[in-house]
Amino acid sequence: MNFARVTERFFSLAAWSAALLTSTILVLFLYLGLPLLENGGLETILSAPWQPEQGLYGIRSMLETTLLLALTSLVISVPVSLGCAFLITTLAPVRLRRILLVITRYMSGIPTVVYGFVALFVLVPMMRTVGDGGSGLSILTVALVLGLLVAPTMIIFFTAAMQRVPAGFLLAADALGASPVQKLLYIIVPQAWPGLLSGILLGLGRALGDTMISLMLAGNAVAEPESILDSARTLTAHIGLVMATDVDSMQFKSIFVCGIVLYVMTTILVLLLRFLDTKKIV
Amino acid sequence: MSKKLAALLVALIVYAIASVPAQAGDLDSFEGQRGTIRIAGGTAHIPVMKEAARQIMSRNPDIQISIAGGGSGLGIRQVGEGLVDIGNAGRRPSKNEIAKYNLKLFQWAVDGVCAVVHPDNPVKSLTSEQMRDVFAGKIRNWKELGGSDGKINIYTRDAASGTRKVFWKKGLDKGPITDKANVVASNGAMKSVISTDPMGIGYVSVGHIDQTVAPMALDGVVPSLENVKNGKYTIARGLYSLTRGEPAGLKKIFIDFLFSPTGQRIVADKGFIPVR
Repeated sequence: MNFARVTERFFSLAAWSAALLTSTILVLFLYLGLPLLENGGLETILSAPWQPEQGLYGIRSMLETTLLLALTSLVISVPVSLGCAFLITTLAPVRLRRILLVITRYMSGIPTVVYGFVALFVLVPMMRTVGDGGSGLSILTVALVLGLLVAPTMIIFFTAAMQRVPAGFLLAADALGASPVQKLLYIIVPQAWPGLLSGILLGLGRALGDTMISLMLAGNAVAEPESILDSARTLTAHIGLVMATDVDSMQFKSIFVCGIVLYVMTTILVLLLRFLDTKKIV
Repeated sequence: MSKKLAALLVALIVYAIASVPAQAGDLDSFEGQRGTIRIAGGTAHIPVMKEAARQIMSRNPDIQISIAGGGSGLGIRQVGEGLVDIGNAGRRPSKNEIAKYNLKLFQWAVDGVCAVVHPDNPVKSLTSEQMRDVFAGKIRNWKELGGSDGKINIYTRDAASGTRKVFWKKGLDKGPITDKANVVASNGAMKSVISTDPMGIGYVSVGHIDQTVAPMALDGVVPSLENVKNGKYTIARGLYSLTRGEPAGLKKIFIDFLFSPTGQRIVADKGFIPVR
């Protein structure tokens, strides 16, 4: 066997074991979550409230919180990221563009716990004055911080997508006397759309999977959230909070159902991304 | 400049020598030992564990002691599964847990659990009934309790917390805790949220109380060490360290140290009631 073949074998082995590992995790989760799934069926778990004292281990409120939180943080971060990316690619002077890009890349490396900690002492007291003045721990609080957290990922993706827009299109728009905003809305966004969507989906994935910030700032109440100003618990925070209970308890086993749900969500996102990728090539 | 630095160094050295405990003899058994001790579990235990570890490691740098939180449930499980050497719990493990993991229990302190509020909150005493109603979500405004007009923000602990179990059993008479309550994951986190929320109420281990949070008297009894000791304040529990099977080697020396006069003085200094 020559060197090239050995290398090829090695890499295909690596790829296969990675794929195997990922699917093993799903199988393991299904196996470990089985007692709960058998007990009440998937439907009950997804629709019942969380009342361990009454033997109810439903994760509906956590599921709702996770989705609501991810969407709210996108509503905050997509416009901001879009604006930043536009600034970086076209609007700002060249020197400022570089600085902005460096800051963005730097931001994407800050550990989440730092954001959470700063928010706990700065943002939370401010949030107490919003609405009916609760504890300041709410979905909105987390969404604001998560928006900041996922923005760098999106900005980097958005910038790359916008830079791929053919220069001729932009020059033509300029020649027609288009304002910068018109250029963004009618040329850049439609042209860069698949790339922008990939960025949004990746940001969504990060927002869905975040644990630390929601654990620190969402309040973790098990009640179903009535508004984004309510204290609520995400699936990930729920796993973090319940993990320390007795392994034989049903509470502990419910973690695996949460894991399966998160797994499925991620899978859907990845499939969407793949679908977009193939469309771009065509 | 270098003179100032030298003076500072001297001051530091003097301070270091002066702060070595009088009964350094209790640390003698660590002499010549080396290795690591991994500790995890109950968050009420952490102040004592940290101080004990500091004294031991500064005396003998060959010993590494790591301390993690996670809650009583986690402590019981991790020591049972052999992930840590010593597991801490703020409650007695269940019979099932003791039998399954062959746990050995060492209770080295008694601790009270009490409701805490922000120091600026004028409400400093509740009856048992009011306490139950507040945590059940029936009383929602501080005004109803004679305080200022504002929504009561309730904070509770996660399901694996020993502090929660004791407070729920003895403080709330197993009454419900509203599902709208915020949940935090450690005694330390509880203290920091209450110290920043003027409308908050939660509960912590008495050893964690300092000037940043105010303890709440229950039926007129202030949760002081005195009252826990003489039995007037009833929300109390033992603090346990657990090992899987009979402890040996470094583990045994560490647990013996907790029961030594120096160890028990740390317990008292950190606001708990020593057992010896």
